[in-house]
Amino acid sequence: MKRIISLRLNGKPVEDAVSDNTLLIDYLRDNHQLTGAKKGCDGGECGACSVLVNGRPRLSCITLTASCQGNDIETIEGQAKNGILSALQRAFHENLGAQCGFCTPGMIMVAESLLRRNVNPDENEIRQVLGGNLCRCTGYVKIIKSVRAAARMMETVS
Amino acid sequence: MSELLPEFEFVRPKTIEEALEVFKAKPQSRFCAGGTDLVVNMRRGFVDLETLIDLTSIPGLKNIDFDQGGLHIGAGVTLRTLTENSQIATIFPAVAQAAGSIAGPNHRETATAAGNLCLDTRCLYLNQSHWWRKSNDYCLKYKGDICHVAPKGNRCRAAFSGDLAPALLVYDAQVDLIGPEGSRRIPLKALYKEDGADHLSLRTGELLISIFVPSNQARSAYEKIRVRGAIDFPLAGVAVSCEDIDEVTYRFKLAITGTNSMPIVIDVPDLTIENTDPDAYFQAMGKLIQKAVSPQRTTTIAPHYRRLSIAALAARIARGLLL
Ligand SMILES: Cc1cc2nc3c(=O)[nH]c(=O)nc-3n(C[C@H](O)[C@H](O)[C@H](O)COP(=O)(O)OP(=O)(O)OC[C@H]3O[C@@H](n4cnc5c(N)ncnc54)[C@H](O)[C@@H]3O)c2cc1C
Ligand code: FES
Ligand code: FES
Repeated sequence: MKRIISLRLNGKPVEDAVSDNTLLIDYLRDNHQLTGAKKGCDGGECGACSVLVNGRPRLSCITLTASCQGNDIETIEGQAKNGILSALQRAFHENLGAQCGFCTPGMIMVAESLLRRNVNPDENEIRQVLGGNLCRCTGYVKIIKSVRAAARMMETVS
Repeated sequence: MSELLPEFEFVRPKTIEEALEVFKAKPQSRFCAGGTDLVVNMRRGFVDLETLIDLTSIPGLKNIDFDQGGLHIGAGVTLRTLTENSQIATIFPAVAQAAGSIAGPNHRETATAAGNLCLDTRCLYLNQSHWWRKSNDYCLKYKGDICHVAPKGNRCRAAFSGDLAPALLVYDAQVDLIGPEGSRRIPLKALYKEDGADHLSLRTGELLISIFVPSNQARSAYEKIRVRGAIDFPLAGVAVSCEDIDEVTYRFKLAITGTNSMPIVIDVPDLTIENTDPDAYFQAMGKLIQKAVSPQRTTTIAPHYRRLSIAALAARIARGLLL
């Protein structure tokens, strides 16, 4: 069965006819060509598919699109504004927070929701919040460094 | 595109009554809360449903209330909310610790208390892709004839691996249910059965609406044995509570998950410091636990290791709760 889904996608209102059994990750990647969110495990185990729903992290590979009616969805593609990278994107770039980059969109979206709540998280909090996002390349040290660097940039701006 | 989920109808009732009505009209329904268990299992192809009844828009299910009698946790309270509630962390520490140890932070955003209590059982031979299970002739839990864990037995040995249940069991929690035959409150313990293929005593179409934890002064803690520090089910998990009966007597309650097809409560004698050597007492406690649990080959880690380590962990936690 299909239904009309209306939501905000990276700030823009969108409306699509979507089957009830469509997962959010497929809706983003196939209907909107937003291929930033990745399928790592494709079964709720790795966090590579993390996006924000109403500002909070969500695993899009186990989320039904139909359950997102009226919600505000943000993906990595919406982070750069007018060609300028977000603080986290810049910090991951400058601190080698990404190696193969597969986990990076998920990492950045989950870290983004943390920094919006707390612009000065300590290392433990960063580790806790990113505890659901796996990375097979970096060993996490540079990811944590990147999040801290982004926090400093954001603090300087505010 | 991912492997497609089978076709189903998505329904999102606004009230409990509406949810029950939908189930009555469409008996091939399943209730879905956070979906962090159900949707994963649907993707693995061992859940059959025609209608998915999403419970997340029923406002009455999301409250946490304290009153004179104790704590009421709505079925739809998320694990994040449970973990972040400072009153729960102070009064019922095991509950907050167990909630905070479940899956990863991204799951806990949507995963709910009731979804955790009603979590499906798990097994090495079940939580696999469809083609894997098919090539293994399925198993007793779904479509198959034998349990690969205990082929000579006549029941499914899949393990109940929810973390919240033991923490609530040491506080003698009760659950409020509502269904086609009316409402009832049962002890949480009575929600479970020792059968991996049919481990809940919920009646058809019955909904868990809230959890009641009676007031209690006991200290408590929950810990689990697992391979990774996050996003990992318990290989075995244990909640312990400790109540001071008088100046020299302590009463412990223990509940264990991950070792059987249901969470189990283990009765232990009181510890009277005056006439018992604590070392001998905790050693005996460990032995009692080793006897009571029944871990099977449902995980990659050997049952014997899980039996010994959960007993040792439980005794260590209990000792730590002495004043
Ligand atoms: C990678 C990964 C790691 C995990 N690690 C853990 C872990 O460490 N510990 C752990 O305990 N769990 C773990 N889980 C499982 C799951 O995330 C949690 O158990 C979660 O609490 C399930 O809650 P939910 O709301 O998402 O349940 P759902 O998936 O929505 O539902 C689970 C079951 O409960 C039933 N149900 C839900 N609500 C009700 C209700 N109100 N009344 C009656 N039935 C209901 C559903 O029909 C379904 O059968 C993990 C899952 C994944 C994917
Ligand atoms: S792809 Fe969603 S959690 Fe791995
Ligand atoms: S950078 Fe490769 S998985 Fe993280």
